[in-house]
Amino acid sequence: MLEVLGFEFFKNALLAGVLASIACGIIGTYVVVRRMVSVSGGISHAAFGGVGLGYYLGIDPLLGATVFTVATALGMGALEVRGRQQMDTIIGAVWAAGMALGILFVYLTPGFAPDLFSYLFGNILLVPRGDILLMGVLVAIIVGIVGLFYLEFQAVTFDPDYARVMNLPVERFSLLLLVLVALTVVMLIRVVGIILVIALLTIPAAISRIYTGRLWSMMLLAVVLGALFTVIGIGLSYVLNVPSGATIILVSTAAYAVALGIRGGRSVRLWRYTQNGG
Amino acid sequence: MNEPLIEVRDVWVTMRGHTVLEGVNLSIYPDDFYAIIGPNGGGKTTLLRVILGLLRPCSGEVRFSSGMGTGRESEIGYVPQFRTFDFDYPITVRDMVLSGRLGRINRLPRRYGNLDRERADEALDTMGISDLADRQIRDLSGGEQQRAIIARALVGEPKVLLLDEPTVYVDTPTTLQFYEILDRLRERMAIVLVTHDIGVIPDRITRVACLNRRLYTHDSNEITPDMLEAAYHCPVDLIAHGVPHRVLSDHPEEGREDA
Repeated sequence: MLEVLGFEFFKNALLAGVLASIACGIIGTYVVVRRMVSVSGGISHAAFGGVGLGYYLGIDPLLGATVFTVATALGMGALEVRGRQQMDTIIGAVWAAGMALGILFVYLTPGFAPDLFSYLFGNILLVPRGDILLMGVLVAIIVGIVGLFYLEFQAVTFDPDYARVMNLPVERFSLLLLVLVALTVVMLIRVVGIILVIALLTIPAAISRIYTGRLWSMMLLAVVLGALFTVIGIGLSYVLNVPSGATIILVSTAAYAVALGIRGGRSVRLWRYTQNGG
Repeated sequence: MNEPLIEVRDVWVTMRGHTVLEGVNLSIYPDDFYAIIGPNGGGKTTLLRVILGLLRPCSGEVRFSSGMGTGRESEIGYVPQFRTFDFDYPITVRDMVLSGRLGRINRLPRRYGNLDRERADEALDTMGISDLADRQIRDLSGGEQQRAIIARALVGEPKVLLLDEPTVYVDTPTTLQFYEILDRLRERMAIVLVTHDIGVIPDRITRVACLNRRLYTHDSNEITPDMLEAAYHCPVDLIAHGVPHRVLSDHPEEGREDA
C-alpha cells in the first residue's frame, strides 16, 4: 500500500488535502463561532453557477466559481448589513438559484461537460499541479489576512455591536470575512465538491470547539483534525476503491459523532457524580 | 464643566410603523449619574442605540462635545443588555476585557501594548474578577459574566458609561455590590443607567428621567408619581424593595402592602 506514496497524483492529493485543511480550519472556526453555516452553504452552492458559467464561456470552471462565490458573498454581506430579518429565506433562494444557473449554463454549453461530477462531489486524486499552486497562494492570502487582523476579526465576530461602538469598521471586516469564506469554498471544491464543502468547513472546527478555549487554539486543532480526516479519507478511498470526497466527509462526520458522544457521556457522568453528593 | 458631553436633540425614531421615540431631548453632563427608567418596550434600549450610533434616528441629532472625540477614538463605554452576544464564543475573560481597548488603538494592524494590558488588569481588579481572568466566559456565572462585560466597558477609559439593564440577571446582593462599584466609578466618568426596575435604583443618582416614547425629566433625583403615571400611562405602586434608600417621593395614596 505504501508504494502509492511514490505516485505523483497521490502526493498531489495529500498536498491539496493539507492545504485545504489549513484554509478550512482557520475560516471554519469563524464560520462556527459566528454561526455563519447557512450563509457558507449558500455561498458554496452558488459556486455551481460559476462552474456552469466557466463551461459556457470556455474558461476554467474554478475561475468562474471564484468570481461567482466572491460576488455572492459580497451580495449577501450587503443584504445582511441592511437588516437580517429574512436572511435565511434569502440564503435559501441564493442557494437554489446558484445550482439552477449552473444546470442551465451546462445545458447551454455545446458538447459534453467532461468532469462536471468532480465539481459536485470532488475528486482530490485528479487535482492538477497548477491547482495546487493556486491553493497555496490562496492559503497564504488567508493566513496573512487573518494573522494581520486577528484582533479585529475576534472583536467583530464576538460582539459586532460593541466593535461598532469602538468605531471599528465592522461592515468592512464582515465583508472581508465573507470573501475569505468564498475563497475557502473554492479551494474545497477540488477536494470534496460543492455539495460536501459545508461539512469539511464546519466539522473540524466544531470538534475543535469542544476541546479548546481560544480562537487561535481552536484554529490550530481544526487544521490538524482537517488534515487528519483528509489524509485518512484519501487513504481509505484508495484502499477501498471508493470516491474520495464522500470518504473524507464520512470520516469527518464519524469523528464528530464520536466527539459529541464522548462529551455527552462525560457530562452525564459528571451529572450523576454531583447528584450523588460529590 | 457645564457643557454637556452628549446632547440628544429632538430625536424621533419610527420602527415598522410604530413610533418608538418621540421628540426626545437629553443632555448628559460630566458629573451625571443619570437613571432612565420606563416600562419594557418604552424605547430605553433604542435611545441608547441612537446615542451609540448603532441606530440612525428618523429625525433629530446626537451631538458630542469636543472632548468626546467624535473622531476615531470612542469615549463611550457600553454595557449592553445581557446575552446580546454569544456566551459560547471561545474567549477568555482577559481577552474579552482587552478587546475593549481596540477603540483606543488606531495604528494598523491593531496590537495590544503594555498600557492596554495594565488597563485590563486594573479593570479586572475594579470588578473583582482578577482570579477569573484566564477562565472562559461560558464557564462563569451570570453575575461574573456581567462583571466581565462592565470591565470591558471600563478598560477603554470612557468619559461616559452607558448601562442597559445591568442587573436583570443578577440577584439582589450582587446588585447592591454593582451599585457600590458604580458609585466609585462616578468620580471618573458620567454614568447613564437604564432600567425597567424602579425598585433597584441606587441612592446616589443625580437625575432621573422616565421614558415611554417621550422622555419625562425632572431635575432632581426623585421620581414623582406624575412622571411615572405619564410614563407608564397608569398609576404605579411606589413600593421600593431590596434597597437601603428610597428614591421615591412620598406617595399621595396608600400603597398596597403586598408587593
